[in-house]
Amino acid sequence: MTTVALPRRRASGAARPSVAPGVAITYLSVIVLLPLAALLWTSKKGGAHAFWQAITAPDAVAALKLTLGAALLVALINAVFGTLIAWVLVRDSFLGKGVINSLIDLPFALPTVVAGLTLLTLYGPNSPIGLNITYTRKAVVLALLFETLPFVIRSVQPVLLELDREMEDAAASLGARGHTIFRRVVLPNLLPAILSGMALAFARAVGEYGSVVMLSGNVPFSTEVASVHIYSQIQSDYVTGAAAMSIVLLAISLAVLLSITGLQRWSAKHDR
Amino acid sequence: MKRVQVHIAAAALVVVSLAALAAACGGSGSTAGASPKQKINLVAYSTPETSYAKLIPAFNQTSAGKGVTFTQSYGASGDQSRAVAAGQAADVVHFALEPDIARLVDAKLVSPNWDQGQYKGIVANTMVVFVVRKGNPKHITTWDDLTKPGMQVITPNPFTSGGARWNIMAAYGAQLKEGKTPAQAQQYLSTLFHNVPVQDDKASAALQTFTGGKGDVLLAYEQDALLAQESGAPIQIVYPPQTIEIQTPIATTVKASAAATSFVKWLYTPAAQTILAQTGYRPVVASAESAFSKAFPSAQTPTEFTIDDVDSGGWDDVMTKFFDPTNSVMQKIESSIGVSTSS
Repeated sequence: MTTVALPRRRASGAARPSVAPGVAITYLSVIVLLPLAALLWTSKKGGAHAFWQAITAPDAVAALKLTLGAALLVALINAVFGTLIAWVLVRDSFLGKGVINSLIDLPFALPTVVAGLTLLTLYGPNSPIGLNITYTRKAVVLALLFETLPFVIRSVQPVLLELDREMEDAAASLGARGHTIFRRVVLPNLLPAILSGMALAFARAVGEYGSVVMLSGNVPFSTEVASVHIYSQIQSDYVTGAAAMSIVLLAISLAVLLSITGLQRWSAKHDR
Repeated sequence: MKRVQVHIAAAALVVVSLAALAAACGGSGSTAGASPKQKINLVAYSTPETSYAKLIPAFNQTSAGKGVTFTQSYGASGDQSRAVAAGQAADVVHFALEPDIARLVDAKLVSPNWDQGQYKGIVANTMVVFVVRKGNPKHITTWDDLTKPGMQVITPNPFTSGGARWNIMAAYGAQLKEGKTPAQAQQYLSTLFHNVPVQDDKASAALQTFTGGKGDVLLAYEQDALLAQESGAPIQIVYPPQTIEIQTPIATTVKASAAATSFVKWLYTPAAQTILAQTGYRPVVASAESAFSKAFPSAQTPTEFTIDDVDSGGWDDVMTKFFDPTNSVMQKIESSIGVSTSS
């Protein structure tokens, strides 16, 4: 990140230092770091005791458990089906593949409330297909699966495209069968991409509000997720509590993202 | 070393340009425009939007309103109040409940005397009603019907929605009016909330949940329900024998333009109150009352009580007693639901 200028360019233009790192750091500060610092500041206003009380209140704990459990489940389901879809999109050819490939990113473009409304119409009390799972914990998972669909697919796809088919051919010529090839040759190559896709999906799921608030029913202790709990604290002018919960969510997401990066580095080292 | 200096210079440049940009944006959004007299920033909760769509053109027809332009912002009452407190430009604020104006009084954005006029700062009324499926298949007529086993009651979450707070005070106050003690009335709320399967974040979402097919009865603003009925939703309004009068407060901010003051004054004229009545509100000016019954002939008028009847301390007192997120009547009730549903 710090050395943007390529060595060759530096040789020719040593007198023209790059402004890029300065711009990058300032931009990051304004967009991300300052808001996060402000959040941390707000959460600490009430003191450590108030912070602890806010995040250990029974309803807060219930909301956190539901959110983290659902996010983990969603990350795991995404790992399986995201990889499967990426595989189909890269290795198979069928009519309309290009269209399907473009559809994958739509959950990112769709406003989350619209996603919530659509899912509500499809799987709600007036479901045209007779499937009503709204206002339950299943609905939370459903909404999160919709919102996080692209992550694993989009991180696995490029790796799969680059993957050398000759490795698989070699394995086959040595007598390995389909599932052995996948498990021993393909999967290890895809794993870093799958993991980073999972981590992104998890982080996204932890923070989701718009679609979940419409589908879940928001009953405390039962279907209220952390983001809705935070919103209710803001609406009750309990800003310290809301900030404390947010910090916990951010810390967990950060820990997950960091450990995935660490794992990837570790595995990259041990491959060589 | 030189490189570092250049970085700092670049960073400083970016900061300065961002600050300039922010100042430019702030300038265009603030009330200090070229002709502040002619522009009104209206910040309101969501349901009066249909009323203002008719009120504003009518105001522009009057001599005081000629050439006045409006910037309108609608949203959940609490969100809107918080936005104004945080600096959103506003000349006129119209909220769903008084604590949202009190927040602006605390922020010194609204005069503490805002409720000293003839109408005590209340521009329009509505009430909490029951909304049921067409034909009232569950025969719901009283507050006691809502606590019957198996009944599904839809009301928003009291910690996120101002409308939900009105609903709860209506239910609680009706119990007191029936002669129950405060403890019994709180017990009623607890039983009631065990029948609530969905707690949406705002009143409009709860209405959507109900019209989407969930629940047997919805607690709603009469005005919202009348408009939904008019738009053809297969619902029916049931007036409980006793309910709370919802008083929606309006105020001008301390920095308000002269046009804003005359607009709010105009809202209390029979002409403006008639428009409010025709869009589902109960007018506060007596001469406009017939316009309401003409527009909504099926509407009934049950016995009404006010928030001050429920608690002599008014909203101030009610907010801490019932809706404090860490220790209050509703917080305890929500926790008790958790205990029973998770076990």
